[in-house]
Amino acid sequence: MTRFMTPRVGLFLFVLILPTMALADALTGQAEQQATNWPAILMFGAFVVATLGITRWAAGRTKNVSDFYTAGGGITGFQNGLAIAGDYMSAASFLGISAQIFSDGYDGLIYSTGFLVGWPIILFLLAERLRNLGRFTFADVASFRFAQTPVRIFAAFSTLAVVIFYLIAQMVGAGQLIKLLFGLPYGYAVVIVGVLMTCYVLFGGMIATTWVQIIKAVLLLGCATFMALAVLWNFGFSPDALFARAVQVKTDLAAAAGAAPAEAAERGRSIMGPGNFIKDPISAISFGMALMFGTAGLPHILMRFFTVPDAKAARKSVLWATGWIGYFYLLTFIIGFGAIVLVGTNPAFLDPVAGGLRGGGNMAAIHLADAIGGNLFLGFVCAVAFATILAVVAGLTLAGASAVSHDLYASVVRKGQATSEEELRVSRRTVFVLAIIAIFLGIIFEQQNVAFMVSLAFALAASGNFPVLLLSVLWPGCTTRGIVIGGTVGVVLALILTILSPAIWVSVFGNAEPIFPFSSPTIFSMPLAFFTIWLVSTLDRSGRAAVDRGGYLEQRVRSETGIGAAQASAH
Amino acid sequence: MGINQSGFDAGEQSERLARVAADPRYQALVARRSRFTWMLTGVMLAVFFGYILLIAFNKALLAQPIGGGTTSLGIPIGLGVILVGIALTGVYVRRANSDFDPMVRSIREDLEK
Repeated sequence: MTRFMTPRVGLFLFVLILPTMALADALTGQAEQQATNWPAILMFGAFVVATLGITRWAAGRTKNVSDFYTAGGGITGFQNGLAIAGDYMSAASFLGISAQIFSDGYDGLIYSTGFLVGWPIILFLLAERLRNLGRFTFADVASFRFAQTPVRIFAAFSTLAVVIFYLIAQMVGAGQLIKLLFGLPYGYAVVIVGVLMTCYVLFGGMIATTWVQIIKAVLLLGCATFMALAVLWNFGFSPDALFARAVQVKTDLAAAAGAAPAEAAERGRSIMGPGNFIKDPISAISFGMALMFGTAGLPHILMRFFTVPDAKAARKSVLWATGWIGYFYLLTFIIGFGAIVLVGTNPAFLDPVAGGLRGGGNMAAIHLADAIGGNLFLGFVCAVAFATILAVVAGLTLAGASAVSHDLYASVVRKGQATSEEELRVSRRTVFVLAIIAIFLGIIFEQQNVAFMVSLAFALAASGNFPVLLLSVLWPGCTTRGIVIGGTVGVVLALILTILSPAIWVSVFGNAEPIFPFSSPTIFSMPLAFFTIWLVSTLDRSGRAAVDRGGYLEQRVRSETGIGAAQASAH
Repeated sequence: MGINQSGFDAGEQSERLARVAADPRYQALVARRSRFTWMLTGVMLAVFFGYILLIAFNKALLAQPIGGGTTSLGIPIGLGVILVGIALTGVYVRRANSDFDPMVRSIREDLEK
């Protein structure tokens, strides 16, 4: 039945968006658009057709809420590992990290390590327990032995906050990328992402979202492997020769810019060690904490652990994911250095007026594709980058929709009495609403620097979801009141400190000095969340607190052994 | 209130879980597994934050060239942190498959009798 709705819903969405799009066009003054890139559009078209085909197939298999949220628990560990890697290898990390290496060299590697090391922590402390205790959302786990209503309300709002900040960053990235790559106006690009993502999620649910993610992960890994090999081939497969040439290129650039020989040599050499990225130790540790523990609180990532049949498969999926993600970061490192040599020296890729790269700093990997494989490979990489954004956006939207329909509607409003059909209906409506919000915010934020939004999402996840989840699973003394107050304190503090930090207070609001001098709030907000949960729980003498503490033993047995855990539905 | 799909009513399920909680094999499993996971977590935290502190306090050391070439000491260390992460994940999965899973299985099998 759902399949017949596709064209109607798509049209409706399009009509709704048209006026906003015209507005956006009027606002876009600097619109630096490339010539229409036909190979890229054709290859992207092929990707869209294939994924819509998968969505059609998945729609036939999406019969109940369990299929919709978690693909009925029928995804294997290997498949889920690839899908997790897909969720994690966003366009921001592919383009962003290679771009950072292109401009500053070594600093990009610090990002990569921080993004990776969250995974072992998730595996050791959470992955199997999540699978054993939960069914659809991480709130199932966080509220397992607590009063449902307050914990679910907290979890739903913190999920939506993380999802929306992450979503804005992806939408703005998508719009700018497509404007440059395909030569389409920004507004169209954002709407295309919104409409396609809605189709995947609305009709195909988690089954389609997972397979789109898997296909994209394979394409991206293949593409990055080819690029890294091509770069190394240019240097006789000697990384040291690549680094030496990159240092030479940077030295020549500095000398050409008027630096004295000694200073030029030093600037060239600086790409081989940590530079200005980490300024003070507090920011360094805080940033590391946000990356490491934020991963363990991202709702769209946590949700992936409910798509596998059991704890063993959950474990296996983290191993595969960590391996693929680590491999991917190794490739981006080589790609970034390759770009310094092959892109940084080629005037065709440089902006003669503004200096720097044509199309902005984030285009290093894209220009490298052109340098290596010509227009056809460039088209392929562009299509993969777009597909990447699309898949990540779909996963985020599904996580946001499940927070509204499963946590707020089914558990809080209907007190667990909603039927599968009702919950599914609310879920689908939420997807639709989230898509409109994402498109709208994507257009509003076009001119803003949204890079901080991803780190804000990580900081919120590390300061709210992560402490709540960890203590609810591991600490017997934890109570409903402690979870809700402590989690809220963490999220609110992370939000306030981010607003007062240089990224917003100075860069966005234009104040001279930041009130909060560090680049990430996590070193303060996360420990405070843990402390508040501990303090409030310890002082909690309510009747509910006794029930909460009494429920720990059973919860622990189930989390350790999987006895009574939700089973995969039969297909 | 958890989600119960096991086909037992809440009272029966509660009684089954209490029986498992009292099982010495279960207690041994929990003690062993939590010792192991906290140890691995500690290693990962030490390695990563050690790296971050090195960046914060001794950038020059990481920028030092190694082996007479251009490659700096920071590159094997940074990539090493990534490899340690993957390796620890592998170590845990191996131990869980060979050691913890059979313990869980024997507890569950006895419970079904």
